[in-house]
Amino acid sequence: MSENISICPASLPMLDKAKNEGIETVFDRSKEMKTCPFGSVGTCCRNCAMGPCRVNVKGETEEEQEYGGKVGVCGATVGTIAARNFARMIAAGTAAHSDHGREVVQTFILAAKGETPGYEIKDEVKLKAVAKELGIDPQNKDKNKLAVEVGEKLLTDFGRQEGELTFIKRAPKKRQELWKKLGIIPRGIDREVVEIMHRTSIGVDQDYRSILHQGNRCSLADGYGGSMIATALQDIMFGTPIPLRSKVNLGVLKEDQVNIIVHGHEPLLSEMIVLASKDPDLLDFAGKNGAAGINISGICCTANEILMRHGIPVAGNFLQQELAIITGAVEAMIVDVQCVMQGLPRIAKCFHTEIITTSEKAKMPGTIHFEFHAHNALKIAKDIVKRAINNFSKRGKVNIPDESIDLIAGFSHETINYMLGGSFRASYRPLNDNIINGRIRGVVGVVGCNNPKTTHDFSHVTLVKELIKNDVLVVQTGCAAIACAKAGLLTPEAAKKYAGPGLAEVCETVGIPPVLHLGSCVDNSRILEACSAMVAEGGLGDDYSDLPVAGAAPEWMSEKAIAIGQYFVASGALVVFGVTFPATGSKGFSKYLFDEHEKITGGKWAFETDSIKMAHLMIDHINKKRVALGIDKKPQRVLYDMELRRELKF
Amino acid sequence: MSKIIASAAIKGAHKIANLADQNLNQAIQKFGNNQKIEFPNTAYYLPIIYSMLGIKVEKLSDMVTILDKVRNLLPEVPSPTLHVPYLGHVLDAGMATLFAEEIIEALKYLENPIPYTMTISPTSENIWLGAADDKIMRERGIEFVDGSAPGFAACVGACPDNKTAVKLARELQEKNLYIFLAGNNNGKSMSEQLKEEGVQLGWETRLIPFSKDIYGAIFALGFASRAALAFGGVEPGDFKRNLIYNKHRIFAFVLALGEVSDEWYATAAGAINYGFPVISYTDIPQILPTGVCLYEHVVSNIPFDNMVEKALEVRGLKIVKTHVDIPVAYASAFEGERIRKEDTYIEFNYTRTKELTFEFVTSKKIEEIEDGKIEVLGKDLDELSEMSKNSLGIVVEVAGARMQSDFEPILERQIHSFLNEAQGVFHMGQRNINWIRISKTAKDKGFLLSHIGTILLARIMGEYSSIVDKAQVKIITDKNIIEKYYKTAMDTYHHRDDRLKGLTDEAVDTFYTCTLCQSFAPDHICIVTPERSGLCGAYNWLDGKAAYEINPHGPNQPIPKGDIADPILGQWKGVNDAVYKGSHQKLERMNAYSIMEDPMTSCGCFECISAILPMANGIMIVDRDHLEMTPCGMKFSTLAGSIGGGQQVPGFVGHSKYYIGSKKFMLAEGGIFRVVWMPKKLKDDMKDILIARGKEDGIENLYEMIADETVATDEEAVMTYLEKTGHPALTMDPLM
Repeated sequence: MSENISICPASLPMLDKAKNEGIETVFDRSKEMKTCPFGSVGTCCRNCAMGPCRVNVKGETEEEQEYGGKVGVCGATVGTIAARNFARMIAAGTAAHSDHGREVVQTFILAAKGETPGYEIKDEVKLKAVAKELGIDPQNKDKNKLAVEVGEKLLTDFGRQEGELTFIKRAPKKRQELWKKLGIIPRGIDREVVEIMHRTSIGVDQDYRSILHQGNRCSLADGYGGSMIATALQDIMFGTPIPLRSKVNLGVLKEDQVNIIVHGHEPLLSEMIVLASKDPDLLDFAGKNGAAGINISGICCTANEILMRHGIPVAGNFLQQELAIITGAVEAMIVDVQCVMQGLPRIAKCFHTEIITTSEKAKMPGTIHFEFHAHNALKIAKDIVKRAINNFSKRGKVNIPDESIDLIAGFSHETINYMLGGSFRASYRPLNDNIINGRIRGVVGVVGCNNPKTTHDFSHVTLVKELIKNDVLVVQTGCAAIACAKAGLLTPEAAKKYAGPGLAEVCETVGIPPVLHLGSCVDNSRILEACSAMVAEGGLGDDYSDLPVAGAAPEWMSEKAIAIGQYFVASGALVVFGVTFPATGSKGFSKYLFDEHEKITGGKWAFETDSIKMAHLMIDHINKKRVALGIDKKPQRVLYDMELRRELKF
Repeated sequence: MSKIIASAAIKGAHKIANLADQNLNQAIQKFGNNQKIEFPNTAYYLPIIYSMLGIKVEKLSDMVTILDKVRNLLPEVPSPTLHVPYLGHVLDAGMATLFAEEIIEALKYLENPIPYTMTISPTSENIWLGAADDKIMRERGIEFVDGSAPGFAACVGACPDNKTAVKLARELQEKNLYIFLAGNNNGKSMSEQLKEEGVQLGWETRLIPFSKDIYGAIFALGFASRAALAFGGVEPGDFKRNLIYNKHRIFAFVLALGEVSDEWYATAAGAINYGFPVISYTDIPQILPTGVCLYEHVVSNIPFDNMVEKALEVRGLKIVKTHVDIPVAYASAFEGERIRKEDTYIEFNYTRTKELTFEFVTSKKIEEIEDGKIEVLGKDLDELSEMSKNSLGIVVEVAGARMQSDFEPILERQIHSFLNEAQGVFHMGQRNINWIRISKTAKDKGFLLSHIGTILLARIMGEYSSIVDKAQVKIITDKNIIEKYYKTAMDTYHHRDDRLKGLTDEAVDTFYTCTLCQSFAPDHICIVTPERSGLCGAYNWLDGKAAYEINPHGPNQPIPKGDIADPILGQWKGVNDAVYKGSHQKLERMNAYSIMEDPMTSCGCFECISAILPMANGIMIVDRDHLEMTPCGMKFSTLAGSIGGGQQVPGFVGHSKYYIGSKKFMLAEGGIFRVVWMPKKLKDDMKDILIARGKEDGIENLYEMIADETVATDEEAVMTYLEKTGHPALTMDPLM
């Protein structure tokens, strides 16, 4: 019955079960919901009390809309309203990632000061590397002292009023110069978010170009600020991911064990839950309660964080959070922030499952609240695990779908660098070389959420299969990665089965899947790092916008996706979104996003709901970049005499 | 398919690491932790370990540390399904293998007897040479620097039969490549195959039988690592630069000749770290995507007929060669080939036959020359009976609008290597003391004396066409004709010697730079003046001048010496400008005549090194043939390691032998009287010059006053000797 709802083999039986038992899920709610037609296209303004103004979007051209069409009570045109809404989404997304980043920095500093038992500075190599980037000499420094210095310096990025964000320097020189020229280098993370809120309030910035100018600046504060800081310090604190095996889908839940699902985004608590689940006393306690063990699994980006670093199995992506509870096998679902549906406690009521909220920022009625603080994180984690164990005996009938599949994850920027040359020849050279010689056509990031308006996972899987068939290497984060993992695309075997001959040959050489899992949604910053490394390695131009790359979020739903998309567009990439696009109500503003913006940053937005067409939109873009780079034809083999050799650098 | 390779290589790496571990434990039990360990005569310790990790392995306990690192590098064998990425792992396993193999090979030097000859060519009992010492590495390394050796082929195992082995070796030699041999298939090695066929092995013929074990491949890679340290200015421990240097400078590749074992795969994975690809005869899996190597990494199933061609293509190596149409093989690899007396068909040399011989290049008017003409005046080889005694005059007559009489001796000096590169032809000496042998095999193949003309015309027109427009050669064996030409030649030799004596730094306005080594030592620049030749000894001022005429955009550029800044230090404004530019703004000035103040930098090719001996108030000179300890407390190799790579190190300077006899030698510090110690052999070689230079400045017996290793190997003994002989340095101004 539910094929057009989801293609996920574990979700379908759970949806059937929900239907049979009369449990309402996100899929039902979505079906019933009549979405606001103005809001869908970005033209409903409720930024003041003269409205809300639902502005008629009729008018064939920008001129008709802007100068002849209906306007808001204050006179705001449809372009202004769409841009305001769009910018506010950027601000919200940036705020989410950056508040996450802030928590991480604060915990990082406390950990380095030894005030948070359980946390430590794990990856000293990365700590030193980051210290050097920050202009701190790591020589002969105690790692904790160094970490305090690094943390405190990065913390200033949040509240800085003038100057530039620290990690902006990770972008290619040419890109930095362009941003400087355009005036969109973020000064401080918080300032850029605040400024969007100000500029988009009643009667301030009323020119969509100007509004998006700040949108660009704010989004960069996400990509090179909150997100990048979060990724860097999480790696140092919890370990930089290396390739590892794991399993994905609801079948990872275990009938004979206490099942704890961690859901949300920040790894700060989930890391401690993982640690607590290995505690001998608690294991013993679980045994006494009749459980064979404590099984941790994840949903959403929390899942990705602990998958990347510990190989903890993934129960599912965003749209499976409710379905996981419907298995009846989950003792506790521990949530922190972002993408946690308020539908959870309603469904949990039908089962023994306890929803445990942990963030002071994110509370829900009908749940149990264990407030998490870094200084006693491990103790809280143990208390939560204990509570889950206590709940084991209250289980009713369990119905775990026998669906789980293998995957390989752990592709940090450092891993990619290592895997292409080992400890001694680590570099992006083989990637660049094989892009230049055409074995790999280009690289596409397929990221983002699930959205019940479209068949669950279908667009992700269809798009990614089409891309790899055309020799495009795919990098993924977030729920998109989980979707493709469930389709078996994150295994090395998938290369032979689905990838074009060139990509398959490279995968075989390196031993990688054709689709690489880079982590959670803050880890989209790893894609920026990878693109910087590709530019620096040489042969593919001297700016991001020269690279044969693109990005897509075919099933997006969160404002965070818009922020991410915008920082890639600001960085010179083509970014294609599916499902819906919240600006199409304005001819002028959408033309600006879809077309004119390319002349400004080299990057632009596109909207396409058909996954195959979306793939070819990006392939055509990549082909165009290849022509511009002069690598559209197979390169001639150069034989080197002494003269030519002298031109090779060492 | 490369997962198969990954699995095999990682398995092999584990096996080799275990063997190293086992051998090391045995050695420690037998000799103790503190047993000293080294490859002979090198300043680079165990060179792969030293260059990659920066760790000096000096005693057995150091090896324990290295084996810990090896174990940390060793990954697990990839699982059959759902494996994690293995390329990085394989490369790490390969490097770990090389470290372990270096330990295995170094431990062999504790055996009694040592299983290697430690010579430049095999002895009658043993063909395995083992590690190349620094002297060989420096001498041969220069050939990689200047391109005369375009790279090396590391041949592993054995060919299906001896004939194929010889054919492969010859083909590689003809491409001027060095051929490094190691490993065996079922107890048979290519080195043994060549020996059985009577092929001359050793560094002179570029066929180097390192070891019968695959582990001996590290001698080839250790050579490559050292080249980066010695010539590239790469720091020990800077593994990445060292490996990229090799990828971009040393164009080497591996030829896997037989069944490829796990150990071979592991070692090959080590070589791939250097950017050296593997070409296999057997049908093993291939790794074609590029990135670590310039092009493919492993190419297989290549028949022997096509192997060298394929290897060059895969490595991306272009070999530029002049074709010489003679009935024997022709390549620089044959330059060091010896011809034993019993293999000689005929020889020409006055000392041996009392018949006149000489060789001579002279310039003529253009209309006097019939381009390409080769005349044999007298009988050719097919008319001369075996071992008969005959005269031989070789007269090369050239003409060209840009030809100058100063260039004649430069061309003439090339006759030596031009002739030597023919297989079965041996040449030594120059002018009228030359010595030529032609082998029976060459004669049987149809080699004639006229072919000497063929060789010389082809090479001269090939390399010197910018100064030579036309050339002809006369080969004279007729005793009645030779006298006339002989006399002309002798007169010209005298005239040239006189001209050279008159060439002083003051007499010319222009010096020449030499940046030939900059591809290897990026910041080094040689300044060649009439009274100070290039530090490698290969380039004097006239060479620089000719080289500039030949190639105006080449590494030898004229520099107007400009106003003199200091005549004693040997500093000129124009030279300073050139040094500033040539050193990429690293050096602001250079003094040609001083060791103490802003001395000339060194690339690594120097014939000699001078170093101050502060107590003796003088300097010592050591040349690269002297392998023993010197009074400054460092061997040549250590000294070389610390001053190469384009840096100014006051108190130390590299130079040619020729410069010792120059009137400008260390002029700023008081000249030749500062010399207090030299190796005996160098002192003897320079005896006449030392005596003459001493006399010019008023000391009769300078030669006797200079200490050597027979009387002193440390500074105190030098002092004692100087006091005994009354050496002038003792009373000169303090050096420091």
